[in-house]
Amino acid sequence: MNTVFRTQDLSKVYDTGDLKVRALDGVDLELFSGELAVLLGPSGSGKSTLLNILGGLDHATAGKVWFRDLELTSLNDRSLTRYRRDHVGFVFQFYNLVASLTARENVQLVTDVAPNPMPAEEALAQVGLEHRLDHFPAEMSGGEQQRVAIARAIAKRPEVLLCDEPTGALDSKTGIQVLEVLRDVNDRLGTSTAVITHNAGIRKMAHRVVYFLDGRIDRVEENTTRIAPAEISW
Amino acid sequence: MNALDRKLLRDFQRLWAQALAIALVLACGVAILLTTFGTYISLEDTRSAYYERNRFADVFADANRAPLWLMQEVRQIDGVLAADARISKFAVLDVPGQEETVTARLLSLPDNGNLQLNLPVLREGRLPSPGSDHEVAVNQPFAKANNLRPGDTFRANLNGYQRVLTLTGTLLSPEFIYTIGPGALMPDNEAFGIVWMRQTAISAAYDMQGAFNNVTLKLGRNANIDDVIDRLDDMLAPYGGLGAYGRDVQLSNSFIDSELEQQRTGAIILPPIFYAISAFLVSMVIGRIIALERSEIGLLKAIGYSNTEVCIHYLLLAILIALAGTLIGWAAGTWLARALARLYAQFFDFPYLIYNLSYTAYALSGLLAIASAGLGAARSAMRAARLPPAVAMAPPAPPRFKRRFLDQILTALHLSQPVMMILRSLMRWPVRSAFTVLGFALAAAVLVASGFFTSALDEMIDTTFNRSNRQDAILLFDPGVPETALASVTRLPGVLRAEGQQFQSAVLRNGHLEKEAAIEARRPGADLARIISTDGQAIDPPGHGLLLSRRLAAQLAVRPGDVIEVEFLGGINETHKVPVTGVVTQYVGLGAYMDIETLSRLLRQAPQITVANLKVDPKALPELHHVLKTTPNLSGLVLLDKMQRSFEATIRENVVIMTTIYLTVAVLITIGVAYNGARIQLSERARELASLRILGFSRGEVSFILLGETMLLALIAQPLGWLFGAGIAAALAEGSSSDLYAIPLVLKPAGFATASLVVLAAALISSLAVRRRLDRLDLVQVMKTRE
Repeated sequence: MNTVFRTQDLSKVYDTGDLKVRALDGVDLELFSGELAVLLGPSGSGKSTLLNILGGLDHATAGKVWFRDLELTSLNDRSLTRYRRDHVGFVFQFYNLVASLTARENVQLVTDVAPNPMPAEEALAQVGLEHRLDHFPAEMSGGEQQRVAIARAIAKRPEVLLCDEPTGALDSKTGIQVLEVLRDVNDRLGTSTAVITHNAGIRKMAHRVVYFLDGRIDRVEENTTRIAPAEISW
Repeated sequence: MNALDRKLLRDFQRLWAQALAIALVLACGVAILLTTFGTYISLEDTRSAYYERNRFADVFADANRAPLWLMQEVRQIDGVLAADARISKFAVLDVPGQEETVTARLLSLPDNGNLQLNLPVLREGRLPSPGSDHEVAVNQPFAKANNLRPGDTFRANLNGYQRVLTLTGTLLSPEFIYTIGPGALMPDNEAFGIVWMRQTAISAAYDMQGAFNNVTLKLGRNANIDDVIDRLDDMLAPYGGLGAYGRDVQLSNSFIDSELEQQRTGAIILPPIFYAISAFLVSMVIGRIIALERSEIGLLKAIGYSNTEVCIHYLLLAILIALAGTLIGWAAGTWLARALARLYAQFFDFPYLIYNLSYTAYALSGLLAIASAGLGAARSAMRAARLPPAVAMAPPAPPRFKRRFLDQILTALHLSQPVMMILRSLMRWPVRSAFTVLGFALAAAVLVASGFFTSALDEMIDTTFNRSNRQDAILLFDPGVPETALASVTRLPGVLRAEGQQFQSAVLRNGHLEKEAAIEARRPGADLARIISTDGQAIDPPGHGLLLSRRLAAQLAVRPGDVIEVEFLGGINETHKVPVTGVVTQYVGLGAYMDIETLSRLLRQAPQITVANLKVDPKALPELHHVLKTTPNLSGLVLLDKMQRSFEATIRENVVIMTTIYLTVAVLITIGVAYNGARIQLSERARELASLRILGFSRGEVSFILLGETMLLALIAQPLGWLFGAGIAAALAEGSSSDLYAIPLVLKPAGFATASLVVLAAALISSLAVRRRLDRLDLVQVMKTRE
């Protein structure tokens, strides 16, 4: 299997004057093409920090990260922007939709700048929202908003989809809907997907599960049998 | 249109109230810049084109009677390109349908038609035929005001002889763009006119064959005007020369100069204030929006928008506000400039108006608006651009409040928590607080300065008309008549009391400093036209020596006790040494006063008068006018009551316009500052305030925190505003002081109080508009929203 991401002795230290917080402490990890990986761990264990660095949102303090052959840790801000624009799709816990734009327009934010996007309508249809194109975020439920966020993330046909607590703000029913969309995207489009969660139930839908603890990888498990999101007990 | 642009437009729509509040302040700057700059350019262009095309003279001089052959020598003066000799006289007219006596300045037109300078523009009819002794042309505004048309006739008292004159045409002249009669304070086209007559006719009537009493010169580009004036003075001295002068002192031109100067000052001083306040408001609002949209900024970056794109996105929001302000400002400015042009048409007589409300003025005012809004937003937009995406996605750290020295004082004061919240917030954002105070202070200052105008004019009018000039009418004699003639003036119908005065032209000299002035000589105890010092005292000129107005004394650098040289002009060209015996502070004119006996002794003649001040029974006025129209030697009449009424009406109208503009401006500034300030606080504190409501605070108590900060800043700003206002008023008073008048610096407590009340009320109303939003706050929703 092709490697999408590879990290080598990756560390991140947050320095807030008096206090130094070691968020990542020597992480070595590989994520593979087409896989759906779940990063699991208590809050503060370093999952989000890792995801941010993989997505080019943040810089590492030490160590190296490669996206395929591209060494992300050597890139400047401008190249990181380019990298995000061309390769990465993000989904966040709080959806981060632009309140003043409709569902379609939120997706167009991405299709306007991405090199080879799918039409915004198609992306929204992929997440089952073809009938909500012209609704503003405030007119949609949390689950629908998160699906718009996913549509926005996949509209650029990204190679990787990074999801930070995508169901964290949702109830079980809508959370499952969102997970089904993620799984569907992974299955049909083959998009490598990393999902951060502290909901242990979700791990069963992944190919692999990476356990985090105190800024380090505690262990990695491979699921021999995956379950459908609908079977997940919340 | 891409999605980011649509977000921009929607954000702008959502922020319309705040954007409008800023745009209106910006519009004030744009409008004032456009108006002042545009008017300045169009007035300047029109005047120079008019002067150029109609060969307006560079040097002017009057004399008693000079022989025409002198002109050959005048034309030989180094630097003189062309010279015209004219006869200029004042006369009283009897215009049909006009009960009152009308004064006119008669000017000769050469018979052979080769006028070289100050070429009049024919507006209607034709010029008087060469050689005709009864045909005249008049200035167009005078004809209009008196309903005179070519072919009409009117009577004139020329040198004591009644003549019937026929109007052939109407003219405009570059010499009389601003036409003001002798002794008048402002143009009155009904009572004063310019009458052009052929040279032969006028010289026959005034016994001036082979002579002239007025000369105008055109100079070459490199001529030294001071040398030419000196040479001309020397040549005219034996013929009663009254002192040559340049364009700067020419009455019509100097009035336009002062108007141009006002426009220039306006264009330089006022707009920057508005642009600066707008920049501050934009920076405050965009700063807040960026704080609110932190996570959206993070998102934009996460999905691949570059720093530059993010920065431009927020700059564009500021530019949209600037565009709105510019459009409103252009509309208001165009309207204002038209209104101003109409106002000018009342006072200035141009044959045409080169009205290039130039593209430059539009472009400049708009570019400055965009630049100031852009500058205001730049810091925040750049901060947004630099915000690392991972940090932007995380909620912002709560503002860092630290215990400081001031906190210990606050704690010791045992203030309530809401008051504490207000005070801490002021100290937490000192720059923002300071700018807010500055904004309110400027609004108050603008009002204090506008109130000053009203008070100052009241003071001037009271001093000029009620305490100083208490006569009903002034008779002007040119040349003067013996003082004994006052007895016959007293016998005129309706005259209750008559007092004489002599005005004597002279050059006052102290070392190298000199100033031409009209010495006003009178009898002690004169009661109709009194010399009033600023402390309200009536003063008589001393038995010997000169009493000078303070501004004249300052220009000559003399103090009481000093001796100055007085060179009399007009016939008796003698120089005497005269002591300065006193100085009096006055608002109007550059007065120099003498006892009439002293002056007569120096001139070695029996006392003469050039002016008779009258107290008149109003019922007898028509009869008085009837007699005056045929009185020999009378060259003019000024009716004080009419003058005061027209002066007051015009000035009041202007003051009302000015006050309205200033009030609008001050209110707009206040709204801009207060509304945006309160909105931003509401946005920053929504969660805090909602928490307080949940804890059981009432709406009123919560509003107190919201309104308290804005109102506290508005209060703090007041003394500062008074100080700025007094400063602006002093600068305006100082700047408008000329040889013609000085505006007194009158600042009344009521003016300060009104200014503060208006600003505080506007601030309160703007904040209350925001309070309504607070009342509508959905507590649960606010608490659920992530910051």
